[in-house]
Amino acid sequence: MLETAPTPPASGEASHSERAAAARRRTRRPRSLGVAALAWTVGLVFFFPVLWMFLTGFKHESEASTTPPTWLFVPTFDQFRAILGRDFLPYFLNSLTASVLSTVLVVVLAVPAAYALSLAPVRRWKDALFFFISTRMMPPVAIILPLYIIANNIGLLDNVTMLSVVYTVMNLPIAVWMIRSFLVELPAEVLEASRVDGASIGTEIRRIILPMIAPGVAATALICFIFAWNEFFFAVSLTSTKAATVPVFLTGFITAEGLFLAQLSAASMMAALPVILAGWVAQKWLVRGLSLGAVK
Amino acid sequence: MATITYEAATRFYPGSERPAVDGLEISIEDGEFLVLVGPSGCGKSTSLRMLAGLEDVDEGAIRIGDRDVTTLAPGRRDVAMVFQSYALYPHMNVAENMAFALEMAKMPKQERRRRVREAARILDLEPFLDRKPKSLSGGQRQRVAMGRAIVREPQAFLMDEPLSNLDAKLRVSTRSQIAALQKRLGVTTVYVTHDQVEAMTMGDRVAVLNEGVLQQCDSPRALYQRPANAFVAGFIGSPAMNIREFAVHDGHARIGDRDVEVSDELRAALADEGLDRVLLGFRPESVDLVGPSEGFTASVQLVEELGADAYLYCSIAGTDHAGDPDIVTRIDPARPPRVGETVHLRVRAGHEHAFSPVTGERLSS
Ligand SMILES: Nc1ncnc2c1ncn2[C@@H]1O[C@H](COP(=O)(O)OP(=O)(O)OP(=O)(O)O)[C@@H](O)[C@H]1O
Ligand SMILES: [Mg+2]
Repeated sequence: MLETAPTPPASGEASHSERAAAARRRTRRPRSLGVAALAWTVGLVFFFPVLWMFLTGFKHESEASTTPPTWLFVPTFDQFRAILGRDFLPYFLNSLTASVLSTVLVVVLAVPAAYALSLAPVRRWKDALFFFISTRMMPPVAIILPLYIIANNIGLLDNVTMLSVVYTVMNLPIAVWMIRSFLVELPAEVLEASRVDGASIGTEIRRIILPMIAPGVAATALICFIFAWNEFFFAVSLTSTKAATVPVFLTGFITAEGLFLAQLSAASMMAALPVILAGWVAQKWLVRGLSLGAVK
Repeated sequence: MATITYEAATRFYPGSERPAVDGLEISIEDGEFLVLVGPSGCGKSTSLRMLAGLEDVDEGAIRIGDRDVTTLAPGRRDVAMVFQSYALYPHMNVAENMAFALEMAKMPKQERRRRVREAARILDLEPFLDRKPKSLSGGQRQRVAMGRAIVREPQAFLMDEPLSNLDAKLRVSTRSQIAALQKRLGVTTVYVTHDQVEAMTMGDRVAVLNEGVLQQCDSPRALYQRPANAFVAGFIGSPAMNIREFAVHDGHARIGDRDVEVSDELRAALADEGLDRVLLGFRPESVDLVGPSEGFTASVQLVEELGADAYLYCSIAGTDHAGDPDIVTRIDPARPPRVGETVHLRVRAGHEHAFSPVTGERLSS
């Protein structure tokens, strides 16, 4: 999945590096073969359900749940057509709005918060940090009732704004913790240099800190986006028709009359698309972001 | 450009009883190159960071020119700092690194460009202006860090061990370049190092710190010739000054198996202090090899030949500890004695330094 294609070596060094690589391959072969086989097995086991979903999405409903499973079939776009016919787009837009809006809010709030908990620690920052993460220890069910009542009272039931705020609150602790971990890794002298050079706190964050932790922020944003996009419990509890999101839409296929497996698969595929897209775009950054400390 | 004054500046780190810098008093003249030197952990960096505004001043004050900067933010002190790690901005190229402070000062683009180009010319950085720090060698990065300081034309340069990440050869050449550049620009400079050779060769004056306390602040020569106490005497000079404690009776110091007469002046000083022992220090080059009837007796433990010089490590006869050599002397490398040989040594008259064994302070003038 990641770009691993080596850049072609310059002509003069070509034979050298190729020979070195060949030598390495030769000496490592027996062990690496076993490791590779294991990796592929595990990878395939994890990938299989996704593949099955992909295949099923192109089947007719009658071929979708047969025993034994159908492997050979004539692909059809019927299911996709049916989904778009069932008004998929509003759900999709609701999901997109809530996810993007909450992710932007989370990053905007988490960076200064993380700054105040690491580089310029406020008093009792440890307690604050623990408080943040402790909000995630409570199961969502425990707060859904008050949340519902509040939403009802301020007239934000079945409203994307409410959902965005809830997702922001939900993701903020994780984002603060992640970004804080990137901040504490920053070389202190670089930040001091910017202060001596006359940068204000705002300038320091925008011009020095953010560019240095950009990969980490990208990784954080992606994770928050995925969490918000996949969130089901709050969505199903706080929305009904106007603001319902894609996960809510998907459950519509699990009906009393039976499972529409092919259609569900097709819908799931469309639901997964933005996340895959976001992951693909952020890929280059992600790898660096998730291993920011190690690289440096 | 300005004078810099530490007025009893003191820094307590949170959670530590002892101040890291204790009542530091130094007045630095306009355009002067002052070196702060001392062993690791003595408070050099802390002193410099207090001046930069990166560390609080808990007691006392610091002035730059006639401004009291004690509580001023670092960016408003108009000083430029060169860090040990260089602390370049990794995401900016060389030109942007140097221009950053100018941009913060809202300098017009034209002037910014001119200053960066000028600094790049002085420091031989012109081919690298578009490069990121990552793709520069250590020496080039060091020069960028210097460039970032000089484009600002600040009141003062502050440098914290800027050469310690360079290899030995580059360190020596860069050392003289920095000193020359400083003279040319005439900017008041405070330079921190733990390397006493750097301190002696670069500084107009050298301030020796130990355990947060200023020991002596003087010209390199005065520091060498007239150390104020036993710590400075032992710290400045390589190989270090020989400092040993001797008993004094009837105006004679007992050195090994011989009694050596001490000067009248020292006798008077000892009498004033009521001391019957003395810390005597003498540099390796102040000890001569003499004939068997003179001086005191010692046996050679090690001969170190460096080409231009040779050093004898000897133990004084009559002392029982066989381990460490008692005394190091510089000798003519043409005819070095052999290990195990017995030699006779004499300290050149007037070249000895006497310190109180109680306080370590200098006794003789
Ligand atoms: N942030 C800090 N918190 C607590 N104590 C500190 C801190 N920084 C330094 N110290 C202590 O203050 C004293 C002086 O430290 P400083 O860094 O000024 O020493 P230094 O002379 O620069 O030493 P070196 O040559 O090793 O750099 C040391 O004892 C050190 O342990
Ligand atoms: Mg230091």
